Parts: sequence; C-alpha cells; structure tokens
Amino acid sequence: MSSAMRIVNGKVYDPINKIDGETRDICIEDGRIVESIPDDASRIDAQGMVIMPGAVDIHCHIAGQKVNSGRKLMPEDHKRDPHPGTPYTRSGSGGILPSTFATGYRYATLGYTTAMEAAIPPLSSRHALEELDDTPVIDKGFYVLLGNNIFLQKLLKEGRHEEFRQAVAWWMNAAKAYTPKLVNPGGDEPWKGKRNTNVSDIDEKSNGISPRQIIEAFINAVTAMGFPTPPHIHCNNLGHSGNYLTTLETMRTAGDQRAHIAHIQFNSYGGEIGKNPSSKAAEIVEYINQHPNITCDVGQVMFGKAAIMTADAPLAYVLRGISKNKWVNADTECESGCGIVPFTYQEHVYTHTMQWAIGLELFLLSEDPWRVILSTDHPNGGSFMNYPKLVRLLMDKSFRREEIARVNQKAIAKTALNDLEREYTLNEIAIITRAGPARALGLRNKGHLGPGADADITIYDEMENKEMMFNAPRYVIKSGVPIISNHEFKNDHSGRLLHIAPEYDQKIEETIKPFFEDYYSIEFDNYPVNDSYLHDHEVISTGPLSS
Amino acid sequence: MSENIRTVKNATCTFCGCLCDDMELTVDLDEHRITKAKNACVLGRAWYAEHVIEDRPAAMIDGKEVDFDEAVEEAAQVLVNAKFPIIYGLSDTTSEAQREAVAIADYIHGTIDTTTSVCHGPTGMAFQGVGESTMSLGEVKNRADMVIFWGGNPAVSHPRLFTRYAVTTKGMFIPNGKKDRTIVLVDVRKTASDPVANIQIKVKPGKDFELLWALRALVKGKSIDPSIEKITGVSLATLEDLVDRMKKCNYGVIFFGMGLTMTRGRHFNSGALMALGTDLNEFTHFVVKPARGHGNVTGADNVVSWQTGYPFGVNFNLGYPRFNPGEFTTVDTLSNRDADAAMFIASDPASNFPKPAIEHMKRIPVISLDPKQTITSSLAHVAFTTATYGINTTGTVYRMDDVPITLRKAYDSPFPSDEEILTAIKKRVRELMLSKYGTSGVRGEAKVASLTPL
Repeated sequence: MSSAMRIVNGKVYDPINKIDGETRDICIEDGRIVESIPDDASRIDAQGMVIMPGAVDIHCHIAGQKVNSGRKLMPEDHKRDPHPGTPYTRSGSGGILPSTFATGYRYATLGYTTAMEAAIPPLSSRHALEELDDTPVIDKGFYVLLGNNIFLQKLLKEGRHEEFRQAVAWWMNAAKAYTPKLVNPGGDEPWKGKRNTNVSDIDEKSNGISPRQIIEAFINAVTAMGFPTPPHIHCNNLGHSGNYLTTLETMRTAGDQRAHIAHIQFNSYGGEIGKNPSSKAAEIVEYINQHPNITCDVGQVMFGKAAIMTADAPLAYVLRGISKNKWVNADTECESGCGIVPFTYQEHVYTHTMQWAIGLELFLLSEDPWRVILSTDHPNGGSFMNYPKLVRLLMDKSFRREEIARVNQKAIAKTALNDLEREYTLNEIAIITRAGPARALGLRNKGHLGPGADADITIYDEMENKEMMFNAPRYVIKSGVPIISNHEFKNDHSGRLLHIAPEYDQKIEETIKPFFEDYYSIEFDNYPVNDSYLHDHEVISTGPLSS
Repeated sequence: MSENIRTVKNATCTFCGCLCDDMELTVDLDEHRITKAKNACVLGRAWYAEHVIEDRPAAMIDGKEVDFDEAVEEAAQVLVNAKFPIIYGLSDTTSEAQREAVAIADYIHGTIDTTTSVCHGPTGMAFQGVGESTMSLGEVKNRADMVIFWGGNPAVSHPRLFTRYAVTTKGMFIPNGKKDRTIVLVDVRKTASDPVANIQIKVKPGKDFELLWALRALVKGKSIDPSIEKITGVSLATLEDLVDRMKKCNYGVIFFGMGLTMTRGRHFNSGALMALGTDLNEFTHFVVKPARGHGNVTGADNVVSWQTGYPFGVNFNLGYPRFNPGEFTTVDTLSNRDADAAMFIASDPASNFPKPAIEHMKRIPVISLDPKQTITSSLAHVAFTTATYGINTTGTVYRMDDVPITLRKAYDSPFPSDEEILTAIKKRVRELMLSKYGTSGVRGEAKVASLTPL
C-alpha cells in the first residue's frame, strides 16, 4: 500500500472548510490530508459518489466494565446476530452490545472513524483502555465519571476550589481520560447510602452539596484549564416527566461558559413526575438556539431493541420496575453507580413514541446544527446501527410521514412533529455527524478534509434512499489506510486513543492520598494508569490558549 | 541471603481473587527468591515463599529440550492442523495473555474456555438470566452494615477478605469496623470462618435453593410453612429474623462461594441468591458478590466476554463465537472426545479433571504453558516453561469485583511470559492460516452461507 492516494470526481461535503457538494480532489499522504501529491499516486475514482470526513460519535457506551456486564447479561441478543470474521478482521458478536471487535468494524461500515465512550469510573479506566485497544479501526477516548466523586465533593464543600481544580487535572491524567462526565451529580449518595433514593432538584442538597454546586464547579474548573471540550453533563431527573426545568436550570448554571448536555432528548420532558411526559423540545431548543455556549447531543430513541446502561443507577432501577426485566446494579466505591436493563422501544407505547418524537423535534427545530449533534446515546436510545435510518428520518419528510403513521397517534398529536416540514441537507448531515461533534470535542484534525486533517474519509454512493446510502459506504479510509474498499474489508487498523494530559501541581497527591488510604480498596500508588495502556495515542492539548 | 536485595512496594498477590495490592516484597536478586512478603496472608506467604525459578528447559517437545522458535512452530502446526482444537485455563495469567489466547482460538476456529467453567460458571449462567446488584469491595468496606457469607469459607480460601475488605476493616460509614456490622455465615457445616459471625445458619446439604427461595418469599411478604425447618434444617423464626435484619440494614451484601455453585442446583442456586439480592433493593440497598478463587479468573471472564460476547465455553467452528456450556466447556470437549488438540495455559487440568477427560488428554497432542512442572505439562507434546505473573511479569489482573490492577514485577525470570509465548504462536498461526486459506475469504463465505436466516 502506497501512503499517497488521490480521490477524484467525488462530490465533497466538508462544512468546516465551507465546501458544500463541489467536486474536488482529495489528496492523502502519510495518514493526513495534504494539498497535493504527485500525479502518479494511486487513485480512487469517486464518480457518482459523496465524500465526507469520517463521522464522529460524541456520545456512546462501547467499552468498560458497564458495557461488558451488559454483554455478559445478554447472550440471547448476541446469538441472533453473529459477526463472522474475514481474512482481515476478527470475529465477534453483534446485537445491541457488540463485542469490541464487532463494535469497531460496525462503526467503520457506517463510515464512523471516531467514537467517544461516555462514562467510565476512574477506578476501572484500565478496563476501558484494554477494551478500547481491542476496538479496531476507530479512534477513541472516554469521559471519566467525576460528578459523584466523594473526595472532589469534599473539597467543594470545604470551599477548596483551587485544590479541586488541581485534583480534577490529576484525575484526568490518572485515568487517561478526555473530559469529566457528570451523571446525575449528587445522586449517588442517596442511592447507595439512603435506601435507593435520589435527588430530585438541582438545588437539593444531599450530603451537604447540591447538584448545581457540583456542575458549576466543574464548568469553572474545566473552562479555566482550557480542556478541549467542556464537562459533558447527564442532567438530574433524567427520564422523568417535568425534567425540562432541571435541564434549563443546568444550562443556566453554565452562564456563558461552555457546557455539553448529553442525550438531551431524555431531559426535554414536560408533565408531572410519575405521569406521562409531554414534549418540551421547543423550550429546550429555544434556549440552545439563543446560547452559543451550549452544545448537546440528542440521544434519539429508535424503535426496537435497546439497553439502558447508565451511571444513573436510580434511573435504571425505576426502568427495571417498569420492564420487570433482568437488572444489573454495580456500585463503584467513592466514585460512581451503574445500572443496566435490557429494553425495547415500541411504536404503540405512548411514552416511547413521545420520546422518539421529541428527539426528532429537537433536530428539526434546531437553528444551529453545529450544536445539536446526532446520537442515540447508544445503546440507551437504540444501537448506533440505527444512524442511517435516523439520517433518513431527518432528510426525507415523506419517509418521516410514513414512519409517523406507524406510531402512537395520541402521543404524536401532542407534538409539533406533523407540522415540521424541514429536511436536512447532506451538508447539514455532515455537520451533525462530523464537523459539529469534532468542533464540540475540540478535535481540530477531525471532522474536515482540509490539509493537515487526519485522513479519515468516507465515500458513499449517492442514492435517493438515504438510509441505504449511509448504511453502506463504498470506501472507508482511516488514517490514510483503505479499510473498506468496494464494500469489503481489505485492511485492519488499530485506531488510537485520544486523551488529555493537563498540568497539575504534584502536591495535590499529598491531599488525595490520605483519603485514598482510608476509603479506597486499592493502594494509591496502584491507582493511576501507566503509559503501557496508551498504545497508539494522541494527547489533545489543553490550556487557556487552546480553548 | 545475598547482599543484592530489592524491595517492591504495593505489589499485588495473585494467589486468590482478593488480589491484595499492598504487598511489600523483599527480593533477593541473586537467589531469585522473595524472602519476605509483608502484609501477605498465610496463602500469600506460601505463594511467594514457594516461588523459585526452576531449572527446566524453556521449551520441550515430547520431553526433549528444543529452542523456543521450534516449539512455537510445532504448537502452531498442531493448532492449525487440528479439526477441533481447544484452549483452556487462563485464570492465572494476565489479561494481556488472555487476549492473545482468544485471538488464537478465533483464528483457528477453535474453542476457548476458562477455569470458570469448573468454578463459578453456574454463576455466570445465572447472571445471564437474572442479572445482579453488585459492588466494588471498597463499598463493602465503607458502607456494609450487614455482611452474609454463603457456601464459602473465606477464612481458609480468601483470608484477607475479612480484614481488608468486609468485616474488621473500618470504612467511611462504618467507623468501628466489625462492631458496626452484622456478620452472618450460612453453610452446611462448621468451618474456620464461624468465629467471625454474629449469626451462624446451618443449612442441610443440597437445600440451599429451598432456603433461598423461602427467604425470597418472606422478603416479598408471603407466608412460609414452619415445615421449612424439616426441609432445610433452619427454623422459620431464624429465617424471619434474618429477613427482618436484611430489610432493616442500610447496605447489605452477600458473598457466595462454590458451596452454592458446585452443589445440587448449581446455577439455580446462584440465580436464587442473586434474585434475593435484587428483591431486597425494594427495601434497602443490597448487593451480592461471588467470591472468585483464582487470581485473574475475573479477567478471563471479562476478556472472553469483550472479545466474543460470552464469558466461557465459546466455540468458533462456524467462524464466529457460539456459547454452549455442556458442549464447549472443557470437561465436555475432552470427555466426549471432541477435541483433537489442546492448549492449556496456566492451569493443570490433568490433576483435577474427571477421569474420562484426562484419558482423552493422553490421546491428543497437548500444548502446555506453565511456570512449574505439572501433571499436565508432563503429558504435553509441547511444553513451555513460563514466567510467573505478578512475580516475574507485569500485566493486568481483575479483582473478583472487576477492579483492574497493574502488576509489579519483583524480579526477572529467564523464561518468557504467557503473553510473549502466545503472541509468537498467534503470529505463526495467522501466517499458516493465511497460507492455507488465502485472503479470498472463501472459508468465511462458506460459513456465512450456511447460516440460517435470522
């Protein structure tokens, strides 16, 4: 394989470089996009095809202890969907929670070349790193769960904000993570320590601290340290009717500083708690439209199989009560909770249709596709394998109408979905699946095809049926390596780990260590992850200048 | 003792699933011995004290010393030319080595199984049915005011489970250690663990399921006939008292052992216990945890699961993983004479498997990887001597509660690690498979075509 390659005759969609469907040559050399290469380099003729940067999944659950528990829990799901190997690729199991190899290859078959695992407790970050190393093709990183970290909360309660900031930086390094993730901040203590209860308000104090204080402190610290992406927040009251007020308050807490709200569809519900939800998509989108500091991913629900898989353990317990299905709860000392429940979204169910419709409303009402990013919160809203269908729902209003006709009409009648005529363009799809998430993540070499970008490229046959088109790219190139050619795997690739390494004052270790010795079950010196777990990796720069 | 002494702090003892990572090892580098293991329990001290570098060839074929490359070539040829090759063991090696072993099984379309199939395999199967509420060991230390041990004898099998994680240790909300906890022991006989318990419950052998089911009924508020005492050996009053305490505690935990999984009922027993733990969450916070034995058996479960989707007993004959305990578990592939070649890694099945399985081992080519000479390595066609994990190698291990820990090496071994050997075999197996089948994917396509439509 020569390291230089020219892709000719294709229609290029590269929103960051303001290229909207023009025919351009794309030149690749040594894994990067370059201005030009010699004429005798190998070529791909992309006549009749659409060229986009490799897609970026900003929020999914694909690795680590929680995902692996889910895999162990659902053999019946793997059995229906085997993933055979090829001479170039390993075999595995599919289903809603594919094995690591199947996960990487399946992302590649959709044209995705980067994915971020969204919730890892620092104590099990080694596990996530080992799995991510076994997840081929894609580049990857993870968000580390710090929103219920007892030590960090202790610092905040004592007003030790500078030490808090140092400790957050220490934790990012110790875990090799990409950014902090806050999941139902403040909710772990009532769950574990007060008979499975939860916080119900952003200003409700549990153990002396409120969710708002935690959220504010993280946003301030991460902004000050210039992480490439702000804290990703799974708001309190997720999944409960009436929670849109909590979501609005969470966004207001950020002021004009950056914040990313994860899977916001699950937090856009009106109505009374315990009763059927109504749609507050318009109110949520209105706030986002007017506040350029906020980014979000939608967490679209797709009908069919899913798995509730979350560090929000009380929520999983509530859903277990509804589905009566098998349930996993897993507490991580001083750091996190976790709940897993196999789940199916059904068209005839009022609530499920409402969730589906709210997600679509959020997409269709959004005025800035750069900040309302495509996700299903895989596997919570459905598998990432649903992305092509979701793209078609957004791009094709006649298809959308057909689908609306198949779902619970009582729920649809209470949404604005029937009145929304908007159809996404290919350029907008390129934004919500590539340029937008790359920009929100601060990944400057991803999501575009300008010189210097990583040569992560997807080439689709242009088709009327957008689900078919996005389901089967003809070529997928990762770091300049043609992984898929003419729909077949022709190479394997390991992908690299994306993480940050913010500077910190080493004295903070002396502050953390005594707490550790008292309350953790492993030794302090054995806690930070060493560099042997990094393999091929890239440190994304931090600091006030990079923000 | 020589002058050449080194101290290794925060080393991890890989003897049992507790993986205590606070060892302070004194290493005599000239003698290649660990002379002192501070903080180790009786098992850990013996594990370290007995560890020596044996004067054995690094690689042997049919008992004769060969060079490493020759042994790798022979092992790869055996695996590639077999129709039903099996790979087994893996619970006493690093996850890095386990990952290579599953890769080999995938490439040769063989079978991979771990010692889980003969210990907590039924727990893995029960988990698939009912799930579980569980925790990391630090949560027990910090929060558990009620700790139940069922069908296990930790004082003997996991000595530091009591002192480091679950009973006497003090924690965030358990400032007084044991005084703040109610300890219950459920077993069929008196054991060395008895003295630790506030409440001892003796169940009739083979009646664990009945006892667990009665407890579930009581937790749900159903009435139980006093004849339960005749069936289980435990009075209704005792059960009612236990249920009352379980509901009233703040954070309850049940550890369970092979007394539950390897007796009558097996996965029904584990399933009933996990379901009981789940049921109790209606009233308070309750978790359960199988007390796993081998140092990295939990890692084996994790690695096999993340690479294949299933925890053990996985077969790749059709070019993708299939799970069927009873068919693809090693006692069965051997006893049924399915296997026509076997690779045993860090395990000695010839010393403890049923007779028909051992008989079959003698009929087929066996490859063994073990730091010591064992009955299995003695009957092996290809035998590798390996460096011992956690003493002579680094790498990753998973504690019984899934917490991953990085091993610290105490001193070098002249022998390669499991990971190095398996990586070399994998590389050669891959070359041989590609030269045998090419890159046309023909073998793969034939298998896919035979799939029944979904």
